[in-house]
Amino acid sequence: MRVRLALRNKMFFFFSVVMPLGFFFLYAAVFAKGIPRAVASLLGPVLALNVMGSFWGLSATLVTFREQGILRRFHVTPATATDMLVSSILANYVLTLPTVITELLLARFVFHVPSLGNLGSVLLLVSIGTISFGSLGLVIASVTNTMQETQVLNQLLWLPLIFLSGATIPFTYLSSLVQQIALFLPATYLVSGLKRAIVDNYGPTKLLLILGSLTAWFLLTLFLSSQLFRWEPEARIARKAKLYVAATAIPFLLLGIWENKYGRVIAQEKVAVERLDEADRAERRARQKDQKPDASAPNQDDSDQKR
Amino acid sequence: MTPSVLQVENLTKRYGEVEAVRGISFQVAEGEVFGLLGPNGAGKTSTVEILEGLRDADGGSVSVCGYDPKTQSGELKHQIGAALQATALPEKLKVIEALHLFAGFYKRRRNPEDLLKRFGLVEKRTAFYGQLSGGQKQRLALAIALINDPKVVFLDEPTAGLDPQVRREIYDIIEELRRDKKTIVLTTHYIEEAERLCDRVAIVDHGQIIAQGTPRELKQASADKTRIEVRLAREESEENLRALEGVSDCRTLNGSYVLHCQRPPQAIVSLVKHLEAESNELVSLEISTPSLEDVFIELTGRRLRD
Repeated sequence: MRVRLALRNKMFFFFSVVMPLGFFFLYAAVFAKGIPRAVASLLGPVLALNVMGSFWGLSATLVTFREQGILRRFHVTPATATDMLVSSILANYVLTLPTVITELLLARFVFHVPSLGNLGSVLLLVSIGTISFGSLGLVIASVTNTMQETQVLNQLLWLPLIFLSGATIPFTYLSSLVQQIALFLPATYLVSGLKRAIVDNYGPTKLLLILGSLTAWFLLTLFLSSQLFRWEPEARIARKAKLYVAATAIPFLLLGIWENKYGRVIAQEKVAVERLDEADRAERRARQKDQKPDASAPNQDDSDQKR
Repeated sequence: MTPSVLQVENLTKRYGEVEAVRGISFQVAEGEVFGLLGPNGAGKTSTVEILEGLRDADGGSVSVCGYDPKTQSGELKHQIGAALQATALPEKLKVIEALHLFAGFYKRRRNPEDLLKRFGLVEKRTAFYGQLSGGQKQRLALAIALINDPKVVFLDEPTAGLDPQVRREIYDIIEELRRDKKTIVLTTHYIEEAERLCDRVAIVDHGQIIAQGTPRELKQASADKTRIEVRLAREESEENLRALEGVSDCRTLNGSYVLHCQRPPQAIVSLVKHLEAESNELVSLEISTPSLEDVFIELTGRRLRD
């Protein structure tokens, strides 16, 4: 039902198809100037933006259903809170996947990216990322009462996720203090993981820490959203809700502390940027070499004069 | 004796400082249509929502189809159907999709196509929920309430907000269910609905049942009291009017005087003579046989819709 309802909603097409593809073309054609190597390095952030946006749709839908009394009608049936939440997450996943696949195909066949890296890792990260960020949306819906409140909270979360994670501003452009803060955000790992999978061909075993953290985060947020789930518009938010919501930060709090100590993400980003710069320099040198005349060949005029 | 399918004993429910349900007790037999009649805020919906498992009671005991709604809500919900006071569904959901969706929640389910025919929704099969009229939405709500062939159906204000023509269509549907011996618990603040549809009625006010019985039994308590409602040019005292020959009781109600009398002709003659003597005038006079509203007025001193 959720998939059908979404496909009949014009807003869904704009936010889940038009906007993500718009971002893709902006990144690929404008920022990367259509250069396949650059497109490949920006593909990770583009996919991450698409995946992270899951929480907007899910939180808005759940709050709307509750405000309008739709959830209340489902409450009289044997359907449980977990049924409602899991079906929301699965529907969101089914709706997100086609746009992601389209972006990968466009990168390969329109922008001629030579390799999409380890597709297994990419699909795993996209899948776990979609369901975990979707689950975040369900937690948001559990602690807000109206659409207005939901949109405010969504914005407050969205801005640091996109600006500090490397999804928009390149991670290496951020100051070192901001980079350290960003290491506590799940989005940072999603962006980094996708980049490593696409550009450096990292397999799932090399991305185990990121995949594991996102999975743990998903399970925690799903559990909490089921505990805080409210069927009725006038049902009060439990006092412990704020504490529970704060608990969703635990997996990435721990990972952030670990990352700040051992700095693998930051080091990997620096290496990736250096490699890209080196590739650019090599390409420029090759072009200059093609344009200059051959210095070792004898000058024709000098030979004629000597004779 | 028909077995009880629903037992409620000393039910209480409060919302903060407000006691919405204050010790309600009743039983419903299998195949019976039981009505909870009362004004808005009487505690009818709170009672029914507790029976449906939507809310927890604060006190008392409840058994619906042998299950406790608080501790066995999962099993109970397979046995009941409900049309809530304001059923809402997604606007872009089609009628047939709604039936299939709700059918999917239950182990036992009826054929959605049969329900479409029964509730006159075949032509609206592929219409979006948002395109339906109020009456069509309510018919769909009733169809959904029956999708699992429930043992007990709860109808909370099934005709609220509908125009009289549509209301009668819904009455016809409920009467059909009654003929099929479905056990129905109905809440309403419409007298006609309770009198027409219910085998037994409990009158609810301020969280308590103030009278309970068949509509005939309840009216029997007032049967010997024909109701005469009069408007006078000048105020009169209730005591004077009560003392008139043939009048057994008198109450003031929104500027009118409601006289209950066993011998209406004698009461009218006495009234006219009294008014002449007091140089008062009769502005209007209305005689009616007792209704459930009269029972309510007699018990509470207020109209049902005040």
